[in-house]
Amino acid sequence: MPVTKKTNAQLFFNGILNENPIFRLALSMCPAVGISTSLMNGLLLGIAVLFVQVASSCTIAAIKDYIHPRIRIPTYTLTIATWVTVIDLSLAAFVPEAYKAMGIFVKLIVAFAIITMRLEMFAAKNPVVPSFWDGLGMGLGFTFGMMTLGFVRELLGAGTLFGHDVLGTRPLLFFILPAAGFFCVGFIMAIFNYVELVFNRIKKKS
Amino acid sequence: MKKANFYSGLLALLLGVLLLSGCETEHRFIKKVSFKGGNQIVVVFAGPVDQRWAENRDNYAVYEKPDPDILLSITEVQLSQDRRTVTLTFEDELNQDQPHIVSMRQIMSEGRSLGTAIVTAKKLYFGHLFSILIGAMIIHNFVFTKYLGLCVFFGTSQKKSTAVGMGITFTIVMVASAMMSWFLYQFVLKPFRLDFLQIIVFIGLVSLSVQAVDTILRKINPVLFKAFGVYLVLVIANCIILAVPLILADNEYNAMESLMLAVGAGTGFLIALFLMSSVREKLEIANVPPTYRGLPIAFVVAGLFALAFMGFSGMSIF
Repeated sequence: MPVTKKTNAQLFFNGILNENPIFRLALSMCPAVGISTSLMNGLLLGIAVLFVQVASSCTIAAIKDYIHPRIRIPTYTLTIATWVTVIDLSLAAFVPEAYKAMGIFVKLIVAFAIITMRLEMFAAKNPVVPSFWDGLGMGLGFTFGMMTLGFVRELLGAGTLFGHDVLGTRPLLFFILPAAGFFCVGFIMAIFNYVELVFNRIKKKS
Repeated sequence: MKKANFYSGLLALLLGVLLLSGCETEHRFIKKVSFKGGNQIVVVFAGPVDQRWAENRDNYAVYEKPDPDILLSITEVQLSQDRRTVTLTFEDELNQDQPHIVSMRQIMSEGRSLGTAIVTAKKLYFGHLFSILIGAMIIHNFVFTKYLGLCVFFGTSQKKSTAVGMGITFTIVMVASAMMSWFLYQFVLKPFRLDFLQIIVFIGLVSLSVQAVDTILRKINPVLFKAFGVYLVLVIANCIILAVPLILADNEYNAMESLMLAVGAGTGFLIALFLMSSVREKLEIANVPPTYRGLPIAFVVAGLFALAFMGFSGMSIF
């Protein structure tokens, strides 16, 4: 069983920058487009995903020796579904208003490709501690992506941050429209690509 | 011969669905409840009712199905000559997209009490079904106005042939899993108060129906299986397939409505995939800036489509 040789810190930052789930891997796009209209939404859904990712990564890493390889995908799905039920009911109980704003997306965390992928690629092959850091990194990477989108869209669209008035005007009302989510993700992906292009050019020169 | 068996099986299933949706609880003394004009509801009784009972406004309570707390105020009650038809006139226009519950207290007929009746006033049933279908397909298109199923949407919209294959496979699995989850929700989860297990049960059912379609297709039609088998795995990763059962459970749809929503969601996804793949095939030969090549430009195109689909919002049919 190939155990990862990366240190915990490397695993942690891998999820945030190199393999950012939204902008680099282009997984779990639905919430990124659908509910990134405000910073708060992004933060809350990010925390929910972080929790589910870390909890199911640890669970799978702990019980991986008892899972028959043939039924591993259903096992992953059920593990995720259990943790999603936990976070879904908790959010509905403690922050009912924000929960309403996020709508169906909290329940749909089950179907996010990123979580299953991390379980299959990492947690199923590694012990609990590295799996924890990997899950934490991925979850934070997702939160970071959601918050970046939420920041851009809320600032440009409504001129506010976390509901507080910052700019005083609404510079680009377009960004608060639901359809602008697609544009926003496209633009930020292009920026990531541009940065990569410039880095490669510098590397080539030196 | 095999094909005939398959089709007759399908027909039997459809009939069963139709019959199931037919049974609804209504009072035996009331023949018909319907909307009339903008602000009236007409109730037709099987026999004559007492005038004193019928013209007392306090005997009626009318509300929209989703908000039982808000009673609509009745301004006038009219009894027809033969004392079989009551026309209720309301202060405000009725929102006829919502079913209205009419509850009548202690119906008196020929001096006899017939108990309390709670009946539903609904628009023409087929119109209602059709509007659910078109709604899910175009007006609330799952990809462009609800932003679901995007991973698979961007993954399989590069070529037209792939897009159509994926769309058809998806629609078949969607219908199968939506009907199963409707059945399980109405007859198992709700009666036993297990709704909190929704997510776990629905995701299990989705995997199950994907596996079932895989096995059945392999046996019945190997040619079709060769064409569409590859897309079956991708269907599980699509969040629309999980979103539809959740929406069904939230809205308390009956079997026919659920079927329409599932078919609409499937064909809506097919339409979205087809539109997107037509554009992306052209994009292949276009001169796109290097930083935008691949996914970023696809997102911008999808954004333009989403803006176009916003034009459908607020439309209502019938």
